[in-house]
Amino acid sequence: MWEYTAKVKEHFLNPKNVGVIENADGVGEVGSLACGDALTLYLKIDENKLIKDAKFQTFGCASAIASSSALTEIIKGLSLEDAKKITNDDIANYLGGLPKEKMHCSVMGRDALEKAIVNYLGEAQKKVEGEIVCECFGVTNLEIQRAVRENDLTTIEDVTDYVKAGGGCGNCHENIQEIIDAFLGRERPAVKKPPRLTNIQKIKLIEETLEREIKPALKKDGGDIELVDVDRNRVFVELRGTCAVCAKSQITLKHYVESKLRELVANDLVVEEVQS
Amino acid sequence: MSVIYVDNNATTQVAPEVIEEMLPYFSEFYGNPSSMHSFGGQVGRKLIEARAYVAALIGATPEEIIFTSCGTESDSTAIWAAIRSYPDKKHIITSRVEHPAVKNLFEYLSKNGYRVTFVPVDRQGYLDLDYLYNNLSDDTAIVSIMWANNESGMIFPLEEISRAVKEHGAVFHTDAVQAVGKIPIDLKNIEIDMLSLSGHKFHGPKGIGALYVRKGTKFFPFLIGGHQENGRRGGTENVAPIIGLGKACQLAAALLKKDITRVKELRDKLENELLKRVPNALINGDHKNRLPNTTSIAFEYVEGESILLMMDEFGICASSGSACTSGSLEPSHVLRAMGVPFTAAHGSIRFSLSVYNTEEEIDFIIEKLPPIIERLREMSPFWKEQKSAS
Repeated sequence: MWEYTAKVKEHFLNPKNVGVIENADGVGEVGSLACGDALTLYLKIDENKLIKDAKFQTFGCASAIASSSALTEIIKGLSLEDAKKITNDDIANYLGGLPKEKMHCSVMGRDALEKAIVNYLGEAQKKVEGEIVCECFGVTNLEIQRAVRENDLTTIEDVTDYVKAGGGCGNCHENIQEIIDAFLGRERPAVKKPPRLTNIQKIKLIEETLEREIKPALKKDGGDIELVDVDRNRVFVELRGTCAVCAKSQITLKHYVESKLRELVANDLVVEEVQS
Repeated sequence: MSVIYVDNNATTQVAPEVIEEMLPYFSEFYGNPSSMHSFGGQVGRKLIEARAYVAALIGATPEEIIFTSCGTESDSTAIWAAIRSYPDKKHIITSRVEHPAVKNLFEYLSKNGYRVTFVPVDRQGYLDLDYLYNNLSDDTAIVSIMWANNESGMIFPLEEISRAVKEHGAVFHTDAVQAVGKIPIDLKNIEIDMLSLSGHKFHGPKGIGALYVRKGTKFFPFLIGGHQENGRRGGTENVAPIIGLGKACQLAAALLKKDITRVKELRDKLENELLKRVPNALINGDHKNRLPNTTSIAFEYVEGESILLMMDEFGICASSGSACTSGSLEPSHVLRAMGVPFTAAHGSIRFSLSVYNTEEEIDFIIEKLPPIIERLREMSPFWKEQKSAS
């Protein structure tokens, strides 16, 4: 169970400013159903550029609802200039702190506020800038850099807690580490890594390796192998000739084919047999 | 505020009879069952009795039972025993919906020289048996398939699977932690080599589990040490909890004869009433082939942690498959393996009942939960869209 402060509980059980403002002057939408939390923020802004009213709708956990409620309470009555200065820490502090793993809820609040202000100012909604690093949660390198910079994050787990990046399949952990290292000015450890291949390069290299190294060896024993498909790190092959009926074929597949491909193409490949 | 406990797949209330049975062995009778003197010997006799109760509940013989510290230890012991007994076999099979005790060990093995087949499930939670059979080979060291799933409650057809597994000479293990004490199990009629069970899932104490090892199954101890458990598990016996487990098994045998029908009726009432009163709610799993005490209900467009914490205000204890409750950011691997859409997975709540639940408690949940869902949906930006779209 999460250790929520009394203030978080209060803003979760009795959230302030829930709802929609019809004809809002600024609307900011962040998150999605797939991500597990989402917030729509509505602002009413008067001619003196003061935030007269703020309302929200949130789908998410207790801390997401509490963060949204806190955000609206903080910004009501603020000038636009002051509202722009609100950080995710301001939201978390207003609630007496959030569990580390829930900091992304406060970041979501800050993001919604920024979007609502941009919307009010009539600026074109910024396109997604930067490159997507975390595909599971659609987080870009710029968002990660910003979170690292503003919150002194030093580990991948920190980054996940603040912006969710890296919290899904984990394939982007290396890239997140690189961003952290770059910010900290850390040298990458001098391990020589094989160059990252594009999918097309990888498939070509697998084909070449099969033709050049593996097929000739299997053919000596009257066997053969065909590449059927490649899906990320999974290589699907079909065994032919004597290999197809050989009881030891699984051993051939793992001990010979897979280790050869790992050695010559990429060290995370997994070879799987498909039967036609 | 009184507690309404419907989270019995997580853990259960220790039966008062179990506590009573254990207490003297925490105080008066502190002897070591291995001792030569009669002060220890009387404790040893009590362990024999407990072992017999455990064996009787699952249709085994006492010498086929090894006491362990928990379900996870039983699972690890079984899987490592198979792997060490058949060092030349490099393929292992499990399902995509196992408890982490099995899943994470198989994932570890997949990175350490083993080819692992994870058998998928369909939208209702049924295993893809053809996939399992097509991947079985003489290189398969062990097949480990849970008896019943902790989240959906789905019961898997182990008897059918066991026949295929034995044709290929692989070891067949089942994590039956959720099944023992909830459905009848008779290992005389089904060829399972090893079975894991855990005391605290059916009104025994925590910190005690057992592993059934069919006579003649190759074995290798996980904890190497003294002569205890016939040299199959070193370490002085956890005396009082073993006695408690024995008592829990004795109680469960009686419960399976009569009370479980009442538990199922309460579960069905809870499920039917909630589905009737809450729109956009659906069952994760099939109505048939489920544990009698379990229901997993997805409430679309709301998030599970919020539901749990609002129910907590009324003392209702359940659990959720949502991301936010686990500390991870993704919904449970079981719901994802079943292909439950994100709209539903994040708002999935599991209710798991026990013989201690009353009809009043179930009525209380039926009364309190629908307004909670309605309130959270009113807060959700997706609910209005959904309503206006339909």
